[in-house]
Amino acid sequence: MYKILKKEVLAPALHLFEIGAPRIAAKALAGQFVILRIHEEGERIPLTVADFDRQEGTITCVFQEVGKTTRQLGVLKEGDSIMDFVGPLGVPSHIENYGRVACVGGGVGVAPVHPVARALKKAGNEVIGIIGARTKELLFWEDKMRAACTELRVTTDDGSYVRKGFVTDVLKEVIEEKGRIDLCLAIGPLPMMRAVCDLTKKYGIRTVVSLNSIMVDGTGMCGCCRVTVNGEMKFACVDGPEFDGHGVDFAEMARRSVIYREQERQAVEVYGESACRCGCGGGRQ
Amino acid sequence: MSEEKKEKKKIVPRKNPMPAQDPKKRAGNFDEVALGYSEDQVVAEANRCLQCKNEPCRQGCPVEIDIPAFIKLAAERDFAGAIRKNKEKNALPAVCGRVCPQESQCEKVCTLGKKHEPVAIGRIERYIADWELANGLLPRETAPPTGKRVAVVGSGPAGLTCAADLARLGHKVTIFEALHVAGGVLMYGIPEFRLPKRVVQAEIASLEKLGVDIQVNSVVGKFATVDELMEKEGFDAVFIGTGAGLPYFMQIPGENACGVYSANEFLTRTNLMKAYLFPCYDTPIKAGKKVAVLGGGNVAMDSARTALRLGAEESWIVYRRSRAEMPARHEEVEHAEEEGVKFALLTSPTRILHNDDYWVTGMECLRYELGEPDASGRRSPVPIEGSEFVMEVDTVVVAIGQGPNPLVPRTTSGLEVTRKGNIVADRETGATSKPGVYAGGDVVTGAATVILAMGAGKTAAKSIHSYLTGQS
Repeated sequence: MYKILKKEVLAPALHLFEIGAPRIAAKALAGQFVILRIHEEGERIPLTVADFDRQEGTITCVFQEVGKTTRQLGVLKEGDSIMDFVGPLGVPSHIENYGRVACVGGGVGVAPVHPVARALKKAGNEVIGIIGARTKELLFWEDKMRAACTELRVTTDDGSYVRKGFVTDVLKEVIEEKGRIDLCLAIGPLPMMRAVCDLTKKYGIRTVVSLNSIMVDGTGMCGCCRVTVNGEMKFACVDGPEFDGHGVDFAEMARRSVIYREQERQAVEVYGESACRCGCGGGRQ
Repeated sequence: MSEEKKEKKKIVPRKNPMPAQDPKKRAGNFDEVALGYSEDQVVAEANRCLQCKNEPCRQGCPVEIDIPAFIKLAAERDFAGAIRKNKEKNALPAVCGRVCPQESQCEKVCTLGKKHEPVAIGRIERYIADWELANGLLPRETAPPTGKRVAVVGSGPAGLTCAADLARLGHKVTIFEALHVAGGVLMYGIPEFRLPKRVVQAEIASLEKLGVDIQVNSVVGKFATVDELMEKEGFDAVFIGTGAGLPYFMQIPGENACGVYSANEFLTRTNLMKAYLFPCYDTPIKAGKKVAVLGGGNVAMDSARTALRLGAEESWIVYRRSRAEMPARHEEVEHAEEEGVKFALLTSPTRILHNDDYWVTGMECLRYELGEPDASGRRSPVPIEGSEFVMEVDTVVVAIGQGPNPLVPRTTSGLEVTRKGNIVADRETGATSKPGVYAGGDVVTGAATVILAMGAGKTAAKSIHSYLTGQS
């Protein structure tokens, strides 16, 4: 069992957990992910590492309540435990001194951008952070990102905080203003990453995205997370999760990410109704 | 019984049939297909054994079980004695009794089998193993502690066997398993209806009783490398049995469409994650109405039979050679057929078709005929020109084989691997190119059977034991 040592509600339905997992914390690097399973009947879901503390032996994860599993996770409190927690999985971000780097985080994607931005800055890069959310109350970690970046720009879709606009609007301004960007990192909802890639492609800026595919084992065994990158089949769990954004087939990725939409809806409905009635022992709250 | 009478023991030409669930009924549930012998049936079957002098069955067994001895004890209704005798060599008898291909091993060479049907060794083994699980585990003897520590990477059949043998020899064994439960392919791959998961877990519990420590959620190569296990964590030797955990795809257009599964994913969702109990269990699966399974091996049969149980109206095996070349066990093919699985032989897809939403709508296929034998000795399939046709399906399961998972080989220094990524290990000893590191099972041989992996685990355990004791 893996204990939740700290819980923070960052925004409505947006939570932060610090989970005690010393062996994972000792090895985790920016860009990697973990897979968790809450209880015996639970599914395995991947979450990107938002931070890690080697001394304290903790992994920080940020998640948004979307389906049944993330809702069940959201109900857990400090001191509660998660049954299974495994990692660090995936290839870590490639960190080197590129020069000037734009780190773009949208929505819950701000969390996984954070450790990469920090590592890039530490490696000597000029890191321009761009974070955005739909509205002010969904924006989080402005302070942490400010510390991790050389310069931080903030935007909200509805203009309720700082300014109105998408992260791509800000990114475009940054590109025009700075003249040269050597690398762009974008993590967030698929449409956002796609829009960032469309923009940076025009300017010829190499862009890395982190894909949150559906996974089961997370070790390359099932192939559920496969994605087409530059015409080749890749597994997000072992070849990624970071890929060359200009090569990713986002249309395919978007379809694959909603394969189980119908079942997810059904699971949420049943979850609302409480325990299982078929006697299989599942359906625990 | 007088000597004279014993010699004139009446030969029973046919095996006692295995009671099984009715095919129509079982195709709709995940309960075990083969129900197991009754006590009288097992005694009758055990009495068919001639107890011949040359004992060919023993040489036919990859883990060297003293087969005539345990059969004799079973015939005498001494089931405790029988299972004790079996377990001298075999760590997983309840598993072997169910999934070993006895027809190509012990039963193939059975003396009785020369003229008649061989003794149903597997069925007897299953009975005595289940007898122990039902009556409580018998105490096992282990050698005094040696103070040596061995890390076993992967808890499939190879790792479990290696761990059991080393533990009995007095070594302290820790198994590292990547998934949340031990058992490897026995848990994620082989379906519940062939190998109930409670049986696997009961066998693993008997291993833990020997003092084997099992660490789940531990991906070697990630939280620690093999080098670190030896240098920093004080393990004196390592056994790698990480299996064939990398699914192969056809490399044809449309394979990333929604509704295309690797057999690994299809079976893992169903067996390990219990998707057949969704929504009581949270993992979903979508087996459509018309399912095509590509391949002709045991994994393909398991997938096709699983699809029926998940509610498919039609489940097809699509295989590019003919029935005679199918690598699956005859029994598995028969079971599949009885349950209603259909066969599209000498057929292979060239493209998977999908709609605008990327959901599978069909497969463009070619028909084949058999040509000259290839490197594997099987007649190779040759496409028939102009034979294109479309097979309408909504789900495709790719079961054309698995390669070795690269996580451990890639992160271990000084470990020699083949071009395909298999670890190079000595057949006789399991030794790899790295001192103190041994390997066996599918990660070495490529996808094979449970019992061959167990044999490799056993071989490696012997070598590790002499490596550790010779050193001290």
